[in-house]
Amino acid sequence: KYVRAYSDAATRQVTLIPGDGIGPEISAAVQQIFQVAGAPIEWESVDVTPVMQSDGKFGIPQTAIDSVIKNKIGLKGPLATPVGKGHRSLNLALRKEFNLYANVRPCKSIDGFKTAYDDVNIVTIRENTEGEYSGIEHTIVPGVVQSIKLITEAASRRVAKFAFEYAIANNRSHITAVHKANIMRMGDGLFLKCCREEAEKHRQIRFSESYLDTVCLNLVQDPSQYDMLVMPNLYGDILSDLGAGLIGGLGLTPSGNIGEDGAAIFESVHGTAPDIAGLDKANPTALLLSAVMMLRHMELNSYADRIEAACFGTIKEAKYVTGDLGGSAKCSEFTNAICDAVTQL
Amino acid sequence: TLPSLDDIPSAVYGGRHTVTLIPGDGVGPELIGYVKEAIRFSGAPVDFEEIGVNRESTPAELENALLALSRNGVGLKGNVEADLTRNTDKSKNIAIRKGLDLFANVVRCKSLPSYRTRHSNIDLVVIRENTEGEYSQLEHENVAGVIESLKIITRSNSARIAKYAFDYATRNHKTKVCAVHKANIMKQSDGLFLEVCTEMSKLYPHIEFSNMIIDNCAMQMVSNPQQFEVMVMPNLYGNIIANIGTGLVGGPGATAGANIGTRCAVFEQGTRNSGRSLVGMNVANPSAMLLASADMLNHIGLHSYGTTLHDSIYEVLANPELRTPDLGGDATTLEVVQEIFTKIKAKTKFNMEQGVQTDS
Ligand SMILES: Nc1ncnc2c1ncn2[C@@H]1O[C@H](COP(=O)(O)OP(=O)(O)OP(=O)(O)O)[C@@H](O)[C@H]1O
Ligand SMILES: Nc1ncnc2c1ncn2[C@@H]1O[C@H](COP(=O)(O)OP(=O)(O)OP(=O)(O)O)[C@@H](O)[C@H]1O
Ligand SMILES: [Mg+2]
Ligand SMILES: [Mg+2]
Repeated sequence: KYVRAYSDAATRQVTLIPGDGIGPEISAAVQQIFQVAGAPIEWESVDVTPVMQSDGKFGIPQTAIDSVIKNKIGLKGPLATPVGKGHRSLNLALRKEFNLYANVRPCKSIDGFKTAYDDVNIVTIRENTEGEYSGIEHTIVPGVVQSIKLITEAASRRVAKFAFEYAIANNRSHITAVHKANIMRMGDGLFLKCCREEAEKHRQIRFSESYLDTVCLNLVQDPSQYDMLVMPNLYGDILSDLGAGLIGGLGLTPSGNIGEDGAAIFESVHGTAPDIAGLDKANPTALLLSAVMMLRHMELNSYADRIEAACFGTIKEAKYVTGDLGGSAKCSEFTNAICDAVTQL
Repeated sequence: TLPSLDDIPSAVYGGRHTVTLIPGDGVGPELIGYVKEAIRFSGAPVDFEEIGVNRESTPAELENALLALSRNGVGLKGNVEADLTRNTDKSKNIAIRKGLDLFANVVRCKSLPSYRTRHSNIDLVVIRENTEGEYSQLEHENVAGVIESLKIITRSNSARIAKYAFDYATRNHKTKVCAVHKANIMKQSDGLFLEVCTEMSKLYPHIEFSNMIIDNCAMQMVSNPQQFEVMVMPNLYGNIIANIGTGLVGGPGATAGANIGTRCAVFEQGTRNSGRSLVGMNVANPSAMLLASADMLNHIGLHSYGTTLHDSIYEVLANPELRTPDLGGDATTLEVVQEIFTKIKAKTKFNMEQGVQTDS
């Protein structure tokens, strides 16, 4: 179950992984805004730079893992993934360690930041552990490769159930299961069957099912017809980026990875932006909105609402926004403006 | 080496071509009916052999359609719906594509004349591997509740679709080809596809080659679709990108698609929708199916007739008074096709009076 298990202490501890590149700057911005808002969060900042472990391999320091095990909730900035350095990627390690089976990505048009689409308000729920990402591939004979897409009833049911519970907890009304069961009769067929069965158990949420291609077609013509989408791994990867594109890119989209036993890690979706790192130019919105999702997950809704409103208000006012949003403010100026807005709400 | 695609045989008897028509389900039969009339009004020397394959058809009827298609070498097709209640049925659409080895699916997404959408000046072509990948239909249940679906990528099929894409770009004076993949995750299968495309690009130094990961590509399609010219990709990604592209320029009623093999070619609506909800309502947009038939006429060498059809459809599409509901208008299918017929007849009469050489 994804429900929380916290102590009643007024202040809750959260693991913070500031990350690389612009990560530290935007993490500091989030911390500053949380402090001004009086959010009852105590950050436990951990370093995840890989270290040599007892088996001689490089990996995340045990202290970082222990921190997430203890706190169950984490906020994570972007991490540089060194190519071919012989250590497991941190993302993968965290996903495995905490069985982060559902990836949640809300894409909502931001008032005041104009794109070709101004009526987007969708949440994509992506199965995060199997499907096309099973990693099972072989060359059968030279020139013939097979990749195995793995769909299990357990994982499909788990993510479908999560989608309906998320919908109820977040006042969403309609879930669309996205599939290709006309082609992958058994694999996607099983996924669809699990979604239908969960729909039966959650009759207050409207349920529909649609082919992946038809959803693509409709999303770019009229995104307002969708509310929540639930789907296998690869489709979720593609549609969540498509959704981000609709509202203006990865700099604005938050995400959450939900695991078993209440563990959850929230992160910005963008990369380390090495070109602007250390220059006080980064937009902290994606990480801030991820932190807002985290507050909601912890049922600290009033803080979440206030911080979110301050952030959107500042963007809408457009006086202090960063370069990627068409402004000229520094990250720190944008952050200060959000802090001012928070105190006035 | 591969046979040249210009040498595809098609059935011609006494100067007349025979084309196989497969109406399919949904609005397919209705739209194919209009195609027959349009071609008749154009005077093109084409006869039809209609084979009714649809959702209910038996394997024998499907076999019959495959025979007719391979005999005639060219066909026009509506979509055959899948029956999701019968879990064991394999897709008849795939059976046709695989049975005839129609290895390339080509969908051109081009902004329509004077029809405003969110993005303007789009002109991209999706070239999609059409026979393997995620559409291999090899699946089994290892133990209860655990399904594996195989995605098969072969060097030879990747090479011929890559070659087709670069040849297409060359023939149509395009400057860029972009390969779309997920080789960071599917390192071996998509890795092979990307490797083969990259190798092939070396033989076409006049074409700028790039590659893009599918999730980023989906995002780029909705933020800056004008950057793309020719895109080449494995089967499923083609399905995704062609549908995004079609959505961007006007929808399934406005984009045509072609399935090309070495011995046969089958034309259809670009996004292969059956439009079940539109049946009998006189609201379907006939443009995509008619454009597909114009492409078909061009394909069998009847260029002047193909041009007549194509131009007539585009002239009507440019008229805001004559748009079906999918394009925001309130015209009926019949009103649109009547006007297209009128244009075709006018052009045909003009051609005959001027003694314009037709190229049958
Ligand atoms: N939060 C942000 N604020 C402003 N610009 C950003 C932000 N995140 C990304 N960008 C910009 O978007 C572009 C792509 O950034 P991204 O970090 O994804 O790059 P990357 O090279 O893929 O990095 P990585 O290797 O870490 O994935 C860069 O120009 C970067 O400056
Ligand atoms: N010729 C056409 N003119 C206008 N709209 C069309 C046409 N063909 C398809 N569409 C529209 O495209 C959308 C998707 O088509 P369709 O309904 O066939 O999709 P589908 O996912 O295959 O669904 P179904 O299971 O109902 O067949 C629908 O809204 C349909 O009305
Ligand atoms: Mg992605
Ligand atoms: Mg990146």
